[in-house]
Order: sequence, then C-alpha cells, then structure tokens
Amino acid sequence: MAGIWLIPVLPLASALLLILSTGRMPRQLAALLGAGSVGLAALCVALLARDFLADGEVRQVTLWTWMAVGEFTPRIAFYIDGLTVVMMSVITGVGFLIHLYSIEFMWDDESICRYFAYMNLFVGAMLLLVMADNLLLLYLGWEGVGLCSYLLVGFWYRDPANGRAARKAFIVTRVGDTAMALGLLLLFTELGTLEIQPLLAAADSQWQVGDSLPILATALLLGGAVGKSAQLPLHTWLPDAMAGPTPVSALIHAATMVTAGVYLIARTFGLFLLAPPTQEAVAWIGLCTLLLAAFAALAQQDIKRILAYSTISQIGYMFLALGVGAFASGIFHLVTHAFFKALLFLAAGAIIHCLHHEHNIFRMGGLRTRLPVVFWSFLIGSAALAALPFTSGFYSKDAILLSAWELPGSGPWLWAGGLLGALLTGIYSFRLVFVVFFGPAHTEPDHQPGWKMAAPLVLLGALSLLGGLLVLPLTGIFPPRDHPDASHVIEYISIGTPLLGLLLAYLLFLGRQLPVDALVSSPSGRGLRDFWLAGWRVDQLYDALWVRPYDALAYWWRNEPVDRVYNGVVSISQWAHNRLSALQTGQLRWYATTMVFGLVLLVAIMLRNAA
Amino acid sequence: MSMLVLILILLAGGLVAWQAERLHPDLPRWAALGVVVIALLFLLYSLPAAPVSLAADPLAGHWLLHLKLAWIPRFGIALELAMDGLSLVLVVLTLLLGLVAIASSWSEIDFKPGLFQANLLWTLAGVCGVFLALDLFLFFLFWEVMLIPMYLLIAIWGHENKSYAAMKFFIFTQASGLLMLLAIVVLAWQGLAADGRLSFSYFDLLGLELDPRLAWWTMLGFFLAFAVKLPAFPFHTWLPDAHTQAPTAGSVLLAGILLKTGAYGLLRFCIPLFPEASMQFAPVAMGLGVAGVIYGAVLAFAQSDFKRLVAYSSVSHMGFVLLGLYAWNQLALQGAVMQMVAHGVSTAALFMLAGALQHRLHTRDMGRMGGLWHQAPRMGACAMFFAVASLGLPGLGNFVAEFLVLLGLFAVQPWLAAVAALGLVTAAIYSLWMLQQAFQGAPDEWREMADFDAREMLAMAVMMVALLWLGLYPQPVLDLAQPVIESLQGLAPGANTVLALATDAAGSRS
Repeated sequence: MAGIWLIPVLPLASALLLILSTGRMPRQLAALLGAGSVGLAALCVALLARDFLADGEVRQVTLWTWMAVGEFTPRIAFYIDGLTVVMMSVITGVGFLIHLYSIEFMWDDESICRYFAYMNLFVGAMLLLVMADNLLLLYLGWEGVGLCSYLLVGFWYRDPANGRAARKAFIVTRVGDTAMALGLLLLFTELGTLEIQPLLAAADSQWQVGDSLPILATALLLGGAVGKSAQLPLHTWLPDAMAGPTPVSALIHAATMVTAGVYLIARTFGLFLLAPPTQEAVAWIGLCTLLLAAFAALAQQDIKRILAYSTISQIGYMFLALGVGAFASGIFHLVTHAFFKALLFLAAGAIIHCLHHEHNIFRMGGLRTRLPVVFWSFLIGSAALAALPFTSGFYSKDAILLSAWELPGSGPWLWAGGLLGALLTGIYSFRLVFVVFFGPAHTEPDHQPGWKMAAPLVLLGALSLLGGLLVLPLTGIFPPRDHPDASHVIEYISIGTPLLGLLLAYLLFLGRQLPVDALVSSPSGRGLRDFWLAGWRVDQLYDALWVRPYDALAYWWRNEPVDRVYNGVVSISQWAHNRLSALQTGQLRWYATTMVFGLVLLVAIMLRNAA
Repeated sequence: MSMLVLILILLAGGLVAWQAERLHPDLPRWAALGVVVIALLFLLYSLPAAPVSLAADPLAGHWLLHLKLAWIPRFGIALELAMDGLSLVLVVLTLLLGLVAIASSWSEIDFKPGLFQANLLWTLAGVCGVFLALDLFLFFLFWEVMLIPMYLLIAIWGHENKSYAAMKFFIFTQASGLLMLLAIVVLAWQGLAADGRLSFSYFDLLGLELDPRLAWWTMLGFFLAFAVKLPAFPFHTWLPDAHTQAPTAGSVLLAGILLKTGAYGLLRFCIPLFPEASMQFAPVAMGLGVAGVIYGAVLAFAQSDFKRLVAYSSVSHMGFVLLGLYAWNQLALQGAVMQMVAHGVSTAALFMLAGALQHRLHTRDMGRMGGLWHQAPRMGACAMFFAVASLGLPGLGNFVAEFLVLLGLFAVQPWLAAVAALGLVTAAIYSLWMLQQAFQGAPDEWREMADFDAREMLAMAVMMVALLWLGLYPQPVLDLAQPVIESLQGLAPGANTVLALATDAAGSRS
C-alpha cells in the first residue's frame, strides 16, 4: 500500500483541524472528524496488513531528514514489519472502537471538540511511536503520547485533583523518559546511530554478551519502559490517572500507551539479549509488579482503580514474558490484553455513565439484569482477564507461564509467582463481577447505553473471546523458541489456578461461605486491607522521599540566596558611604584638626623616608 | 554598506517614531512596526547569493556581508561590520521578536508612546550592532547602546518596583561591561606589542600569542561580561527583577534577544580569542551551566509571580547554552545556537502571555489566577503550547536544541550530561505547575476577562509555527550556523582533547 505516511497524518490532521476550530465546531462534525479520521486510519492499516500478510516484506518509508549535524542524521522515517503491523492494528482498531464509544459517552460535554482533538493527537503520536525507524522519532511519539495522557487525565480541569493526577502522570513518566533519553545519548555516542535496525546490528558486532555498556544502555531504556508502562518503581501514576474520562483510560491507560514500554523492549530485544542481567531484571520487575498490583487490586473499591491495578499487573506479565525471552508471547498478551482491558474499561464506563458517575463498586450491585449488554461484555472481559480456559487471555497468559517455567535457573520461581498472580487475578476480577452485577441493587441505572456504546462492547467482547486464535505475523522477528514440552501437570496447574480463583471469589463474595467481613474486620485484616488500598503506601513513601524534599528545597531557595552576596556588597558600600559622609560635618574646627593631623602624618612619613 | 544602513534605519526610525507622537498618539506604534518591517525586508533584499571568504580572516569563514570603514585610524579603530550565517540567524530573530515586542505593547503603553517605541527601536539597533560588529571597540559601543534604552524602558514604563530593577540591571551589566572594556584594551595592547600596530579588529586579534596567565585574566574579563548577560549562575540575580518589572515589550526583548548577546559573545569572541584559556576554564563554565539548569528550575517552581517563574526558567534554559558552548563540539554548538533561537521564541511568547494576563487582571500573582482556561481558552491553549515547548517536548525547537546539547555534552562529560538531563524533569515540574495555577482549577465565575484578540493570536501563531518548524525541520538554521561553527572550531582544539590531556597529566602526576 502506498501512502503509509497517511496513517499517522490522518488523525494528526484531524487533531489540527479540531484545535484550529477553537471549540466552535458543531459537535456532530467534531465527532465525525474525531472518530472518522481514526476509522479511516484503521482502514488504511487493514489494507496495509492485507498486503503485508500477502508478501511479508518489511516496508520502509522516509519522509525527510529531521536534522543533520555531522554523523547525527535522524530521519522522519517509518519501518514497518510484523511487530509494527500488529501494534498499528491494535492502535487504530481498538482506537476506532473507543472513539466511536466516546461520541456517546462525551456527547453532553461542552468540550467535546477539545476531547477529540487530544484523542486524535494521541492516536497520531502513538502511531509515530510504533512506526518510527529510529529511536529519536520513537522518543517523539513517546513524549507525544505522554503529553496527550497529561492533557486527557486533566481533561476536566476545574477539579484541582484531576490536575494533580495529570501532573503526577506526566512527571513520574518523565523521570523514566529522562533515563531513556540518557540511554539514547549513550547508544548514539557508542554506536554512532539511532536507527533501530543498524543500531541492533552495530551492537551485535561491537559488544559481547554481558559487556557493561549494553547492560547500562538497556538499564536506561528499561527506565523509560518502566515509567511508561507503570511498572515498579514508577507505577504510582497509573491508579491516579483514572481521573480522566473512562474512554481515555480504555485507550491510553489500558490498550495502547501503557504497553509502549513492552513495545520498546521488544523492538530493541537485540540489546537486551546482550545484557542478561538487565533482561533478568525485566522478568523480576514484571513479577514483583504483577504481584504487588494484584494484591492492591484486591482491596480497591473504585471500579476504575481495580481495573488500573489489574492493568499494572497484566503489564507485569508482559514484562515477565520479555524477561524470560518469550518476546512473541509478551506481544501476544499485549494484544489480547488490549482487547479485554479496553472492553472492561468501556463496560465500566457504561456503568458509570448509566449510574450518575458512581465509581464505588459497593454502591452498585444487581446490574446483571438491569444492564444486560454491559453484564455480558464485562463477564467476557473478566473471564479473559482471569485467563479462564478458551478465552483470549488464557492462550497468552498460559504461553507466558510455560516460558517462565522453562527458563533455566530462576524459572520455576518466576512461574510460581506468576501462578500466584493468576490466582489473585481470578479472585479480584470475579470479586468485581459478583459485587457489581449480583446481589441487591444499590443504585438504579437511569438509561441503557445506546448503539455507539454497545457496538464497541460487542465487538471487543468477540475479540476478547476469540482473540486467542489469532496468529500474529511475528515469525522471523524474534529469536525462535523451542516449543513448550512441559509436563501435563504444569499445564493442568496453569489451567486450574484461575478456576480456583473464580471459586474463591464465589465463596467470598457471592456464596458468602467464607467469612470475608470477619477477615477484613480483624485488626490485622483491616491493617492489611488499608495497606493494599493505599497501594502498599508507595505514594506516601515517594512523598517523603522526593516530593516534600523538593518542595522544601524550593521553599528554602525561593528568595534567591545568591542575591544575599550582592546585597552584602550593597550593604558594605552603603556603610562606607555613611561612614565617609559622616566626616563631612561642615565644622571648620574639624576640618582644621584633620588637616593638621594629615600634615603631621605626611611630614613624619617624609622624615622617615629621608632618614 | 547595507548592514550600516540597517542599523541606521532602526536608529533613525526611533527618532521618527518619537516625533510621530506629536501628530497622533497612535502613530508611533505604526511607525515602529513600519520601521522594523522595512528593516527586515531591506535585510532580506541585500543578502548576497553566496558567501565569500575574506582575505583578512584567519578562519576562512563564510561571510555574507562585510564592511570596513576607517573611523579612528589613530587608534586602529574601524567601523567594521560583517555578517555570516550565525549573525544572520540572530539578526532575523532580533527583528522578528522586535515585531512581537511592538505587537505586545500595542494597547499597553499610554504614557509617552513615542519615546517608548523609540527606545524599543534603539535597543534593536544596539542588538543588531552587537551581532554584526567585528571591531572590538565598536562591539563595546553597541554593547552599551543596547543597554541604555533598555534601562529607560524598565525605569520609565516598568511596574511597581521599577527603579530598583532598572538600577540593578544597569549596574550588573555596566560593571561587567567595564571588565570587558579593560580586557579589550589589554588585548589590543598585546596586539600592538606583538606586531607593532594598534588594532581592534577581530581578525587581527584572533590567534594572538598571549602569555597564558594574561590570557586567563583577559578571558575572564570577557567571560564575566557575557556570563552576566547570559545570565549564568551565579550572575543571574538581576534577571528576575528586571523581567518582573519591565513592560511586556521590554521582557520580550530582554529574554528573547538581549540574553542571546551574551551567548553570542562567548561563541564569537571569548572562546575563539582565548582558545586555550577557555578550554582550561571549560569545566568551571560547564559546572556553572549545570548549576544554572538545576537552580533556575527549582527557583522557577518556587515562584508565585508568573513573570518571575518565566524569568527563572530562562536561567535554567540558558544553562544549556553555556553547557553547549563549552562542550565545544559540533553537536553541542549547534544545540547551543538552536537553543538561542528556540528559547528566544518560546520565552518571548511566554512573556507576552504574562504581560497580557497582567494587563487584563492587574496582577502577576498566580495565586489570584486559576481556571483561566474557562474565560480565555485561546490564551490557555497558547500557554499550553509554549509551556510544553519550554519543557522540551519533541517536535518543537527547544527539544532539538536541548537534545543536541546533551548529545554533544555526553561525548565530553557523560556525568555532567546526566545531571543536566535532570533539567528535563524539573522543567516539567515548573511548567505544568504554572499551567495548573493560572489556567486550570476552578474558574472565578464572576471574573470578566477578554481572550486574545486577532492581533495577539497572529503574533502567537507566528511563534508557534516558528517553533514547530524549528522542531521538525531545523536544517535551514543548522545549515546557516554550520560553516561558522566549523571555522570557529578550527581555532580551539575542543574540550575533550584538553580534558583528555588534563587527565593524562593528572594520571602521570599521581
């Protein structure tokens, strides 16, 4: 397909038009432009994917040389291989469904124009991120999506809490981005290029496995990935980022942007293969994050925060996959997660929309019969999230766990940790289903979602169910792996664990055979719940470690300490001025006396010199 | 000749604008606008097709224009002006920001508008002279010419604490300028001793063999003058006061172009005239640069005054220029030049915004703003754009500049580059805090505030397009600066070589 450049340009141009209209565009047109441009881009991606699947050729498009300073010649250029096609399909496909959904969700908002402008800008930046043939253009997309995330989290700017969440999202990820920028500096200084494919080739020929430079470079890139993908220790922004409109959470904070870190590592996997310690760190970061977030999800009460922690946890699985070298499985889980997590967020958004902006799951209940479409889609999403057999999440998560098991050395530990995570996932996702959709109703919905909201739910539901059957065109990109030949016992355990989680959730929250209230009301139980509810109190820790010291430093310096030096000079000269002008008394006898003393002094000096 | 005419157009235009007030109080600003447009068109018209090399130039630079007239032959002082790619970029920036300054003063100045516009144009004339003069005496003359009208702009049309700020600005610049004058005389004297001919010409003084100790002290004289102007930490304290008190147009000129004369002076004079001394000094200068980046950013976050915040952000951004200049390799120098242009545009825009807010709300205190997006979405969108430009968003000019500086610096001093990169985080902290305080949050529903009108939006749009262009296709500016940087680099061996030698020496000593 010619005109590949059109794919990112469509949403970007639409964003530009929406911005230039300065909010005066009629909302019908804004919606048409906003969703239509992404729809067209999705169509173009579909054509591109058809061509790509037919011939399997890598496509490279150069638009122009961004800048050329000596050896440094990054280009605005695209590199399209199977991985890119997969990412582009997810971004535009899921993106279009979310845009369609947004039309109804945001219809009554006075700033719908601004909303679609930011959303389109996001899609454009995200496409640039995955299409970039060099790391600098990737970084442009990377920062661009970060900006859009900031703009959309703080979309309802009148509430300062939203602004705070938006700033937190931007600044915490910026810490990671800065590490990544340093990684870029290091890679260019050492290898002389930022173009990804030549860079990987150069690294392969110049560096040996286990050298310190690739370890440092990948550690810096990992810093960027951890920030963007909300992994330990930079995960704290994602739960707060739920302050944005729910479709934003579905698109940015579930399906696409937060998985950019996974994409980055997969894209530069050649570097990570040269740095086994970093790669192992990726696996352990993934495992710790997935467990930490799963425990935190157990205690949350806000429907969106549960989903946010579950996103952090699921990306932890992707990191685990990357860390054990199962790159294709990681990307597969990225794709299925995009389907079922977007579905879950959109379904949650439908609930919130129909329930007068209610977020607390304990004030919902009984929605199974009241919002049937939402119920079924949420159920499918939860099943896929929990990786119940034959859903899409089952295939992708199963592959990750098997790959972890096979890793020599720490493999079984990683596998066991991942399994514990799967159990917890089963519990928290069905806790959500049972509390929200079963039992007595606490709030009555005032309307049913219309077709623009229902259609994306149905389509994403189908994808979440059947997405496991997709065969991604990733062959030849990643190093081939031996096919799993783990014993059947391992297989059965990974199938059984989510079911056990489902059973536990049933016993705890629906059947009430297990005394959940007694557990929570005991002192240690309450302490633990509060601890998890506060996300392991990482926020408080960072407040004490970074935020308050920085505030204190700024407060201490606010009146410009350097100026005291100059003020000192001023004081000294003023003091001298006062002293010296005090000599000018205007009294004749004082002048006569000083003249006499001066003369005596002069004569004394002359005499001394003469002697 | 055309460079002299350009400066004369601005000087004479100032007189015209001043006297035009007698006819009608609205006339001076139209006159000033006309004068700058004429100057800009004249400049573009008089550009030659291809650059030439000058016989006298030991660097074999690529000069676009050159003029040398005898002035005070007895002391070897000539009226020597020359333009290469670097000066061209900076002169064009000066004139464009001059237009922005006039636009931003359009409805703000009621008191003696003629004299105001005259001072504005005279400042522009002084700055153009600084960017063009190649005779050191003439350079010093222009250095002073740009100072006095700027002093008057602050002292007459400034805000509540104007005389303090104007005096501080004047004394800082004047005292450091005096050191430079001293250094210039010493340098010329050395030239006389070396080849028996007194000359203040740049070309004659380049490559002069100097006693290392004398070179060190003379270099410091130049460095201090330029570091105060830049401003480099810890000589920056005049800047927040001057910016806060200056009228909007004054802040636009001050931040947009006057600061760049300091950077230009370092690049054109201080380092090339004293290559060895400068490269020995480079670690100190780079240390000051990093200190400025971090210190400026922390203080920017600490401010509640909108203009003070932007002023401190300038201290932070100019730290990158200092880093780039003293890293002294192609990437870093290109980054420094790029930063001069990009920061000029983005900060001018932010000051224009600050001025517009003060004009409408009669306060600069962000604590009394909040939720302005509701009343003035166009202003909010502009503030958003320039705030993210200032925090270094890729795709806008400031990112290209800062990334190139860091890239160049990393090759020389990786640890310093790592610390300077923290500036990316701190810039995000103060920029977003500024947006939050002024434009987000709950709006004051009864507040009446006019949004940007068409004139203001036009000025903003020009600057937005400029930053996008610099961010996505900076090549024209890079190409103009490239030959200049290459020829200057021929003089000094480069910081990495010197540092390598220094570490070798240290290694052999131990």
